[in-house]
Amino acid sequence: MTAILTIAGYGLREALRRKVFVVVCFLSVAFLGLYWLGVRYAFHHVANVEPPDGVDSRTFAGAFLFGMAMFGTLFLGVVLAIFLTLGTVRGDAERALLQPLVVRPIGRTTLLVARFLGAAAVCVPYVLILYFAGMLLTGLEGSWWPDRIATPGLELAGGVVIVAALSLLGSVFLSSIANGIAIFMIFGAGLVAGLLGNIGHVLNSPGLIHAAKIAAWAIPFEALYQDALRSITEKTSGLTGFLLRLGPFGGAEQGGIGLRLWAVAYIVLVGALAAAGFARRDL
Amino acid sequence: MPAALAVSGLVKRYGAIEALGGVDLEVRESELVGLLGPNGAGKSTLVKIACGLVRPTTGRAEVCGARSGSREARAALGYLAELFRFPGWMTADELLELHQRLAGSRGGEKERGDLLELVGLQEARRRPVEAMSKGMQQRLGIAQALVGSPRLLLLDEPTSALDPVGRRTVRTLLEELQRRGVSVLLNSHLLSEIELVCDRVVILLGGRVVSAGTPAELAKPRGVEIETDGGRRTYPDAGRDDIPRLIAELVHGGQSVYGARLLTSTLEEVYVEAVGGETS
Repeated sequence: MTAILTIAGYGLREALRRKVFVVVCFLSVAFLGLYWLGVRYAFHHVANVEPPDGVDSRTFAGAFLFGMAMFGTLFLGVVLAIFLTLGTVRGDAERALLQPLVVRPIGRTTLLVARFLGAAAVCVPYVLILYFAGMLLTGLEGSWWPDRIATPGLELAGGVVIVAALSLLGSVFLSSIANGIAIFMIFGAGLVAGLLGNIGHVLNSPGLIHAAKIAAWAIPFEALYQDALRSITEKTSGLTGFLLRLGPFGGAEQGGIGLRLWAVAYIVLVGALAAAGFARRDL
Repeated sequence: MPAALAVSGLVKRYGAIEALGGVDLEVRESELVGLLGPNGAGKSTLVKIACGLVRPTTGRAEVCGARSGSREARAALGYLAELFRFPGWMTADELLELHQRLAGSRGGEKERGDLLELVGLQEARRRPVEAMSKGMQQRLGIAQALVGSPRLLLLDEPTSALDPVGRRTVRTLLEELQRRGVSVLLNSHLLSEIELVCDRVVILLGGRVVSAGTPAELAKPRGVEIETDGGRRTYPDAGRDDIPRLIAELVHGGQSVYGARLLTSTLEEVYVEAVGGETS
């Protein structure tokens, strides 16, 4: 346990010194500032809009805007997770930073676990802070609150933790730049899968919907994001509910307990693959 | 007591390239062994296998009786890589503290202070690595390798970035470690350094041991040199037993003799002969 805490602390201090947090904080403040402006203007205009029959304009605007904020939160969380983990093994080995640590009697798996926990310990609070800040801005400006308060935030955080695990796995085999590109492309693939689902719903194409579902579960951060989107309007029905299911940047889709269990198993599986790869790697 | 490092039949292949082709080597307790060879001879690969960074294809390497790479083996060794880097933002003290925690050392502040003093960095305790010269970083690297009082020290080119004074500091340090009972495998290109401090020398070429022994065992006789009032005379075919006769003949011939010494090959000559002039 001491070794895990030492390595996790080392990783965090390194990120701090590399000014990763400064950049992320700056981006987060800019994001929240812009979001607040957007929400303020949107709700100001919503009051003057005559919505179609069956659509609750305040609920629609609130859920749609907050859905976008959730995407922004997921994106920033993913950026942070990737920057914290992209060079953990091969990147640090190429920079000759890893070898002095690996020869210590801590074990390679311990090192990986510590770096993963260090990244998760930063990303989870970060995502939750951003999520609740977005919710607060939406609620205070538009008097709209999601149907579920905590679960969607935890699912977003879970999605970011999955990306951190994938990035850690990638770092065993790829150089820092290649790994960063690969993980961002996987993230993009998840996004495309969500959009495919949207299109499938609009066209009522079971094939597209099925393909999107498979892709979302293959990279379950996307499925968690969809489930989180679904949770914020869980009790919303009618035309408003239908429109919101299409969601911004990927459709809302119920995942349920099965998805959450799969997400945990997925992280364990990815971690086991990373540990096995690292154990066989010459440094 | 098992050897500090015991290597037998060690083979390492990277695809079609054979880095080590069946190496046998032993570093006994308190012994300082020098590892020599041209670039690409397999020296760094051997050291990396010993400390568990690289897995052998076949063969066996043990550190203090434990399989190399195992937790027990890693707990018994200290390692300084040929190419290493420490986080630039860390101070010397923070770096040593980090390694103390990872090595499970309970030496605390005293150990850190002693190690920094040992490598002549006591004044730089609070200085960040990025503000240190390459030589200072190399000495800090040696201090880092000594954290937790390892029984075996694996040093890969530890003096490559040091000036002559720094090299002398490291030499003195190695002698001190030997007195304390630490075994050392020293991989270096500096033959004079190895000749001065090592108990035994192993020369690698193409992944195989081509020569091994004490510097005295490796040295070959090169004749006898006698200093007379007429200058220095060399007798290339003469040996130790010929010296009294040669001196008697010179004195008989009316010359004054001031000294006589046996000539042996230097380690450099032994090395060049062993590797056949190969440089990489």
